[in-house]
Amino acid sequence: MSSMPPARFEAEPRGGAATIGKAVKVVGQIFSREDLYVDGEVEGTVEALEHKLTIGPNGIVRAAVKAREVVALGTIQGNVEATDKIEIRKDAKLTGDIRTARIIIEDGAYFKGSIDIVKPEPVKGAPKAQAPAPAAQPAPPAAAPAAASPPEIRR
Amino acid sequence: MLEPLKEFFRGSRGGQSGGGSPSPSGGPRKPVNGRGGAGEPVLSSRPSRGLEEFFTQIRDTSGLTILELGAATQKNVSFITDLGHRLYSEDFLRIMNDAFGADDTVDQSNPGRIEYFLKQTLDYPQGHFDGVLVWDVLEYLNPVLLNAVVERLHYIVRPKAYMLAFFHSDDKLEEVPSYTFRIGNLNSLEILQHGMRRPAQLYNNRSLEKLFGRFESVKFFLTREQLREVIIKA
Repeated sequence: MSSMPPARFEAEPRGGAATIGKAVKVVGQIFSREDLYVDGEVEGTVEALEHKLTIGPNGIVRAAVKAREVVALGTIQGNVEATDKIEIRKDAKLTGDIRTARIIIEDGAYFKGSIDIVKPEPVKGAPKAQAPAPAAQPAPPAAAPAAASPPEIRR
Repeated sequence: MLEPLKEFFRGSRGGQSGGGSPSPSGGPRKPVNGRGGAGEPVLSSRPSRGLEEFFTQIRDTSGLTILELGAATQKNVSFITDLGHRLYSEDFLRIMNDAFGADDTVDQSNPGRIEYFLKQTLDYPQGHFDGVLVWDVLEYLNPVLLNAVVERLHYIVRPKAYMLAFFHSDDKLEEVPSYTFRIGNLNSLEILQHGMRRPAQLYNNRSLEKLFGRFESVKFFLTREQLREVIIKA
């Protein structure tokens, strides 16, 4: 529900990507330590800094997005930072500014915004393991920072 | 404000003569914006003097800010960003269809709608861009909207910036091929033709010079597809 207070969504560890189904709406901040598939609606921020974020064909993300890799099949309204690459598929709609190392745009995709190609940063510190290693965010319970810093959605 | 180029409006599209009826505002009818024609898209490639001229101005400096008004394509994005520039993309015709409808029912002369459209497509600070790839989108704008767009383009490009625009040179055409332009290299284009589309108006050199009268210079290159490639310097 859009009236819900900003929430924190921690992706559960499981075999495949964590999924937000098409009947689900999340308002708040999402930090994911595994690949994430969004086929529902998200407002706020989405971070999967070392993982792949896929916006499914039904997905509507009104959020600032940061991930290692972003694949858009649905709609994104917000700035996107993809450290590795972003793919904007044929029927996707992306309105926002992109910062990424690589970009793939299929013919027919709708894109409005700017593209900044940035060289990948040198490996920062020790390589982080996939599973139990600490995530980029310490992830305290509840929504401490969420209320203090409302999601930034531009454009 | 630039004057509408009514003298260059054509028959049924322009409402000046022929079968077309004028719009409620007394101006010419709007074009059909949807892509017409049948068949598979046709891809061809050819040299482009206009593109060469455009890149001559921007290839030796990196970090420029380039605006493209065609739909985003992989080739164009890669080419521009590989040169070290920041690319802004606006799917101009798609937004135009959304703002004014894909048929003749909504008036492109409506100031409120024009303002809304400019807010959707060209809402950038003064002098923001070092170059604009306009491609052929201006052909589909009626005079009032066209003048507003050209004025806004003049505002958002920096002095000495370059724009590349295409216009069909055969002023007897009822419909013109609808193209997607992909940059092949510094001086060649891949042209994907998909159907036909009705232009709002057609131009000769004089009318184009008048249209871009506020700019410093206008240079023409004629192609074998009966396109005028036009380099406009701000």
